[in-house]
Amino acid sequence: MTAETENLIIVPRRHFGRIIGAAIVCIALAAIVRAFAVGQIEWDYVAEFLTVPAILTGLVNTIVMAILAMVLGITLGVVFAVMRLSANPVLSNTAIGYIWFFRAVPALLQLLLWFNLALVFPTLGIPGLFSFKTVEVMTPFVAALLGLGIQQGAFTAEVVRAGLLSVDNGQYEAAQTLGMTRLQLLRRIIMPQAMRVIVPPIGNEFIGMVKLTSLASVIQFAEILHSAQNIYYANSRVIELLIVAAIWYLVVVTVLSLIQGRIEAYYARGVAAPAQR
Amino acid sequence: MTDTLPQVRTTDPDHLAAGAPLVLAERVEKHFGPLKVLKGIDIAVPKGEVLCIIGPSGSGKSTFLRCINQLERIDGGALWVSGERVGYHREGNKLYELDDKAIARQRRSIGMVFQRFNLFPHLTALQNIIEGPVQVLREPATDATKRALALLERVGLADKRDAYPSQLSGGQQQRVAIARSLAMRPELLLFDEPTSALDPELVSEVLKVMRDLAETGMTMICVTHELGFARDVGHRVAFMDQGQIVELGDPRTVLTDPREARTRAFINAVRH
Repeated sequence: MTAETENLIIVPRRHFGRIIGAAIVCIALAAIVRAFAVGQIEWDYVAEFLTVPAILTGLVNTIVMAILAMVLGITLGVVFAVMRLSANPVLSNTAIGYIWFFRAVPALLQLLLWFNLALVFPTLGIPGLFSFKTVEVMTPFVAALLGLGIQQGAFTAEVVRAGLLSVDNGQYEAAQTLGMTRLQLLRRIIMPQAMRVIVPPIGNEFIGMVKLTSLASVIQFAEILHSAQNIYYANSRVIELLIVAAIWYLVVVTVLSLIQGRIEAYYARGVAAPAQR
Repeated sequence: MTDTLPQVRTTDPDHLAAGAPLVLAERVEKHFGPLKVLKGIDIAVPKGEVLCIIGPSGSGKSTFLRCINQLERIDGGALWVSGERVGYHREGNKLYELDDKAIARQRRSIGMVFQRFNLFPHLTALQNIIEGPVQVLREPATDATKRALALLERVGLADKRDAYPSQLSGGQQQRVAIARSLAMRPELLLFDEPTSALDPELVSEVLKVMRDLAETGMTMICVTHELGFARDVGHRVAFMDQGQIVELGDPRTVLTDPREARTRAFINAVRH
């Protein structure tokens, strides 16, 4: 290089458009913050009710319901995904019917159906062996779990099926050639690879489920929104308690997102390895 | 073609005596819908033989290979490996289809190397090799690892034990795949166009491993387009066309002075 080029100073290009855009966004954000600060919100109440026992119980119920409904949903999803891929037409068509029905009917409607099951079947059980009164069995908890879990299974079945189909046929053949049985091959070779495709949407659905549990408030299940409503019916602090519930949803979903990232990184090993190293 | 076939036509090959062929095919047929891919394959492969199968694409050579380890079910005729009827269990004059477990057991002694390697991408080279011994043969992981490292050494990849398949070249992946099938201590190795998916400069490293393997007396059936390999390493060469073995015999004869016009046309086409 010549001396001339060494002494030249590079002046970075100014991105005026970006600067103006950022300024507008800053003003808007400041206005929103100010609006909430001076608005009719008693932030002291928000802080106070954030940790009252009724809210915390509701929070625990929300988390427990989301986890149990997802466990039920994933279990059903795997079963129906495998059924759907079966060569037996009875099995595959049953799975198609299940997915069709429970994906099509709104979750809220399904919850109401389960909760009111006693109107259709006053007693449940096997005739001659045992029976229960449906109203006693179908508590808000059970109705919410069945309603949310079973509709989730229909969505998860499609996610799992997509995952299984994403694995190359050669992987099945290589595993078979090693003398693996069907179950060994699915567990050791196919599922670990399918998980890479399955985990991101399932994480997404898990987050959806956390929020979907709020629907169960209409059938008197004491999740966090239901608890918040019960309190504001008594003290009329509607917005403050809704903010309390919103804060907790944000916390739970944030934690779930972090966990999802970890799980994704685990199943991406082998595939993402060259890019990372 | 019958003149070069060893005379093994026992009436009940389910109980073959010692010295019988490792693989015996009698009038093997395979149909995909109305399409007849195999139209009666007869061949006997004695223990220790390297049989190379050549032929145009669509001639049924890969399908025949896949029938031997039951990736395809045969629609006619019969197959025996190590004196055991493939896919069926015979009682009196009835043949019962084998269940999943029994098929898996029959496959254990047959290794297969695929055109597209089919290594397990979520496992390292070492883990790929010990997967079968540990999961299927229930070998202790320490023993399996020791053998796997020796196998990696043998295919010249001792330093790649912890590499994932995506970090290996095609030739390296195929050598790991060969080590993986060897780890099952197979009696028979099937090669389905093992070098066809490789860049030209990587072909020789895989062929060298196969050559070494042939020298150890391993029984191998290789579907290949590498006529040089077939001539140098193969004990016999079979030329297949339209679902039949058209010509079978000594590599030099089949490859340089074939009797059949179809064989000659194919070999000329490949050479040029």
